[in-house]
Amino acid sequence: MTDNYEVRDVIDKETLSTVKSVGDAYKYGFSTDIETEYAPLGLNEDIVKLISKKNNEPKWMLDWRLKAFNRWKKLKQPDWALLKIPEIDFQDQYYYARPANMKEKPKSLDEVDPKLLETYSKLGIPLTEQKKLAGVIEENPEDKSENRKVAVDAVFDSVSVGTTFKEELKSVGVIFCSISEAIKEYPDLVKKYLGSVVPISDNFFACLNAAVFSDGSFVYIPKGVRCPMELSTYFRINAENTGQFERTLIIADDNSYVSYLEGCTAPQRDESQLHAAVVELVILDQAEIKYSTVQNWFPGDENGVGGIYNFVTKRADCRGKNSKVMWTQVETGSAITWKYPSCVLKGDNSSGEFYSIAITNNMQQADTGTKMIHLGKNTNSRIVSKGISAGKAQNTYRGLVQIGGRSQNSRNFTQCDSLLIGNKCGAHTVPYIEVNNSTARAEHEATTSKVDEDQLFYCMQRGIGEEDAVALIVNGFCKEVLQALPMEFAMEAQKLVAISLEGSVG
Amino acid sequence: MLNIDDLKVSLEEEEKQIIKGLSLSIKPGEVHAVMGPNGSGKSTLSSVLAGKDGYIIDSGTVNFDGSDLLDAEVEERAALGIFMAFQYPIEIPGVGNMNFLRTALNSQRKTRGQEELNAADFLKLVRGIAKDLEISDEMMKRPVNVGASGGEKKRNEILQMCLLEPRFVILDETDSGLDVDAMKLVSKGVNNFSSSSRSFLVITHYQRLLNYIVPDFVHIMVDGRIVKTGDKTLALHVEETGYKDFLQLGKGKH
Repeated sequence: MTDNYEVRDVIDKETLSTVKSVGDAYKYGFSTDIETEYAPLGLNEDIVKLISKKNNEPKWMLDWRLKAFNRWKKLKQPDWALLKIPEIDFQDQYYYARPANMKEKPKSLDEVDPKLLETYSKLGIPLTEQKKLAGVIEENPEDKSENRKVAVDAVFDSVSVGTTFKEELKSVGVIFCSISEAIKEYPDLVKKYLGSVVPISDNFFACLNAAVFSDGSFVYIPKGVRCPMELSTYFRINAENTGQFERTLIIADDNSYVSYLEGCTAPQRDESQLHAAVVELVILDQAEIKYSTVQNWFPGDENGVGGIYNFVTKRADCRGKNSKVMWTQVETGSAITWKYPSCVLKGDNSSGEFYSIAITNNMQQADTGTKMIHLGKNTNSRIVSKGISAGKAQNTYRGLVQIGGRSQNSRNFTQCDSLLIGNKCGAHTVPYIEVNNSTARAEHEATTSKVDEDQLFYCMQRGIGEEDAVALIVNGFCKEVLQALPMEFAMEAQKLVAISLEGSVG
Repeated sequence: MLNIDDLKVSLEEEEKQIIKGLSLSIKPGEVHAVMGPNGSGKSTLSSVLAGKDGYIIDSGTVNFDGSDLLDAEVEERAALGIFMAFQYPIEIPGVGNMNFLRTALNSQRKTRGQEELNAADFLKLVRGIAKDLEISDEMMKRPVNVGASGGEKKRNEILQMCLLEPRFVILDETDSGLDVDAMKLVSKGVNNFSSSSRSFLVITHYQRLLNYIVPDFVHIMVDGRIVKTGDKTLALHVEETGYKDFLQLGKGKH
């Protein structure tokens, strides 16, 4: 047993005790009492200018934002999803908040407010470089895995508070920093790629994000580099009544590889909060990106009060030949989730994969899925979606598979499984399949099942408590997706599955 | 060890009494067989002892080692040492056998206030038992009961029993769907497991299993009651003449 395993073990114990002490289904519901600086309430051109100014942005960036803002004013919020969205007053939100003592960006983690660091350690995120996150799979602790490093960028409300392992990454040419920093330090890269995957006017929420995004992460992996560690961004909404609009841009140049992890939490509040993020992935020849998300924003209480409205646009552009992207998401939080991580398969022989677990409990609603746009020849896509619905929740899989006229010999396989717990929830599957090439093949499989009383009884007769039994059965149902996650995320995700479904039976 | 006193049980969904006043006392080390025609209430008895939902206890008591069994949750009964080998073992897709067994064992240990077994000790224990029951490593890696034959599923039940080391075992129609070889293997597993401190309740429709797992007592159950109790020869009598002699006894008590 390695030391790192013990570190992991300590984190697990802490996590468990936090869950117990909170005594509530949502373990990240605490808020940090920290002085926060807000922009004035509401949204207008001045706010956009203010955000740009706060970030010391060059004029081209401000122009880009203003173009987006003017466009956004003409757009309407989409209503095609199977979601009941309460009316959102976009003028009754704060569009910028940052910890007050962050006026000057900290130069190292030592300058970060200890309260912030405390928050992150409470969340089980080891921000300081000493606490390197090491994952050793639980089943075989006697196996000595090599130490796995994870570089973390943490975004607290609107600003990035610290990025770890920067120097080590720089030595191999990898750029990993906040997007606000990238705009200043690497303007050519940002200008070239920002908005090239998700254009300003792509959709209502992406357009809003383009106007007001305050920070986010930027990654550039140079040609031929295999990123030596997992990169991770940790998003935390803390301030009240504040929207979070982060923007992530990742570029994998020719023959490069990176695995990127994203985690999200928010405090428990009665008011709903808006989150509209944009993630753009650019994948060039023979390059590969793995992008994993564990989304655990506050889901609202059991009566549907509060919670995050999560409207996210994520898209990967497989521009290069033989390029690959893999989206893996575990969506357990948010009152409303509207999210379709997509793959545009432009390069010949490129491939896109989407693995998703979406859990909705109580009054949560999720309309999520993917888009696989096949444009190049011999492109491949694979979709594995597992939707779990409990309480009075509604869970929709919405997916588009589009095979273009010039996309010869392309393949898609879709598997879409829904699991219901109880009889007051709903599961819906809405697949769109458009094939414009006779050499293409698209397969779709879908199942809907219920957590079986007999399965529960069987587990319990063997001594497993009811909630543990549900977690075991649901984790079994999700296994294919959990296996697609990086190790340390997989363990976290398994626990999250159990926590999200607490109180769903009996 | 187990004392059932004048137990009356109805189905929850329809007001129908299935067990109509059943008393049974089982001491440590004893093997009791309950035989009866279809619909006599045998399976209800095993379900009620294990704590399955869907039944209403109208009256009577079940006492296990001095405590009220009917008051305990299903998983608490398991931790007390009650194990039921299912007539139709349940499939759990995506959950590996090893993970399931380790979760079950450690859940029970936790309930009893014992330390959890570490991975190395656990593996050693399971592999030993699997070998005795001729269960392959490949099967141990599969999800619980998924894609297993009838015989494999029953052997898997016996493996779970040996691992969890219960003190009171209910074998619910364990012989159903087994060929002679599989029945011998399963019986061997049970017989190796039996001891002076463990008791068995063997629920069966046919006598043939009792050639391999020899009972100390045989009870004939008809229409929710035990109508006759004897030794193993009673089972042979049933084998020859069927249950028709006993049906009258059931009715006579109305």
